[in-house]
Amino acid sequence: MPAPIIKVDAISKSFGAFKVLDGLSMQVMPGEKLALIGPSGSGKTTILRILMTLEKIDGGHIQVDGEQLYHMERNGQLLPADERHLAKMRQKIGMVFQLFNLFPHKCVMDNVTLAPMLTKGTPRAAAEKRAMELLDMVGLADKAKSMPAQLSGGQKQRVAIARALALSPKIMLFDEVTSALDPELVEEVLNVMRKLAAETDMTMLLVTHEMGFAHDFADRVLFFDRGRIVEEGKPDEIFRHPKQERTQGFLKKIIAAGHRV
Amino acid sequence: MTQWSGYLGLILQGALVTIELTLMGSVLALIMAFLAGMGRVSRFFIVRALATTYIEFFRGTSIFVQLFWAYFVLPFAGLSLTPLQAGVLALGLNVGAYAAEVVRGAILSVGREQYEACTALNLGRWQGMRHVILPQALLVMLPTFGNNAIELLKATSVVSLISLADLTFQAQVVRSQTGSTLMPFLSVLIIYFALALIISWGVRTLERRMARGLDGVRV
Repeated sequence: MPAPIIKVDAISKSFGAFKVLDGLSMQVMPGEKLALIGPSGSGKTTILRILMTLEKIDGGHIQVDGEQLYHMERNGQLLPADERHLAKMRQKIGMVFQLFNLFPHKCVMDNVTLAPMLTKGTPRAAAEKRAMELLDMVGLADKAKSMPAQLSGGQKQRVAIARALALSPKIMLFDEVTSALDPELVEEVLNVMRKLAAETDMTMLLVTHEMGFAHDFADRVLFFDRGRIVEEGKPDEIFRHPKQERTQGFLKKIIAAGHRV
Repeated sequence: MTQWSGYLGLILQGALVTIELTLMGSVLALIMAFLAGMGRVSRFFIVRALATTYIEFFRGTSIFVQLFWAYFVLPFAGLSLTPLQAGVLALGLNVGAYAAEVVRGAILSVGREQYEACTALNLGRWQGMRHVILPQALLVMLPTFGNNAIELLKATSVVSLISLADLTFQAQVVRSQTGSTLMPFLSVLIIYFALALIISWGVRTLERRMARGLDGVRV
């Protein structure tokens, strides 16, 4: 059995007096598709942000691809990671945000090529060739010269996915990537993710309220509540036969709100 | 009237000095604004402290006093400046201090999500600043930079106190030589106003060009 690509060990994180993550531990296997569900404030987005080094942790350890994320080993000692170590670790991870976070002053092509050219020294021609392949993959090859303001939400999010993929990360984090979209645009983004899951062996972590999609897409579902994983299992186990009362309650509310499971 | 046209020549010479001062002062102000404005958001305490000291000192003391220091006091420290050099130095440092706060404010006005996208794409701090944050912040700075440049233009008249023959200085020369008060002062009024209009127009044009395709960024 291969080693886990992500090992989260007893992570705690507070915002002021509010404890978002309370000794959270979890493991992710290489290539695994993981759905993180749960009520807002349960810590599912926070753990994604922590993996992307957008939040600092208060305690615990995280291993990504065999190396410590927030610590570095020097002469047998475990020291807090410096900026260089973090930059090295970030190469393994990509993230797509709820609000796309495209660079509004750059056209679609430049959004996708900026990071490979700056961080990997990829020559412009090679970066643009790769960008066209990725834009083609997300169905937006004809929008390469458009500015983000000219795109619909669904198109923006597909550009954001292509932009993250341009750095060829081993792990992709998707933070509620369809929550800000008009309902009729959700499907085009989900289709790209299905394609990605089918065509690559990337490890994918997905925070979502799209329960139907999580059910079809994920190998494993984690139900978060109050900074802990209350229940985890195969999609069928979690969605059809949840064991924990809190999971049942959450799913009931979600179904009552009109989401398909 | 023929006599008057000769005096008008004097005033136009003064206008050239004023334009020269404004352009050179603006360049220095711009450099200082970016140095100090970005210094204010630095990670390093000492850089922040230096930037803050500069800004507070030059905003907190009068441009007259700064000019007198540059021209009359610095020579005692072994640094003799020509009136033009002293004028550019005082104007640039003074207006640069105000504009530095504009730079800082504009950098902070760029949303947190843009910084987060930079981190997620593994851009270094300076790479993100240079390619993502500053280009967006520049658009926010421009209108206020226009204000600062006009302030600088008007402040150039202080150099007449260190005998630099700028617009205001020449107006006084003409007045004392002709005894006419209205003509010289009306001319300089119109010239200052026209120069200010040119700055406004230039900044607005620049703004429009930079905002192209960026809908949704300006608030």
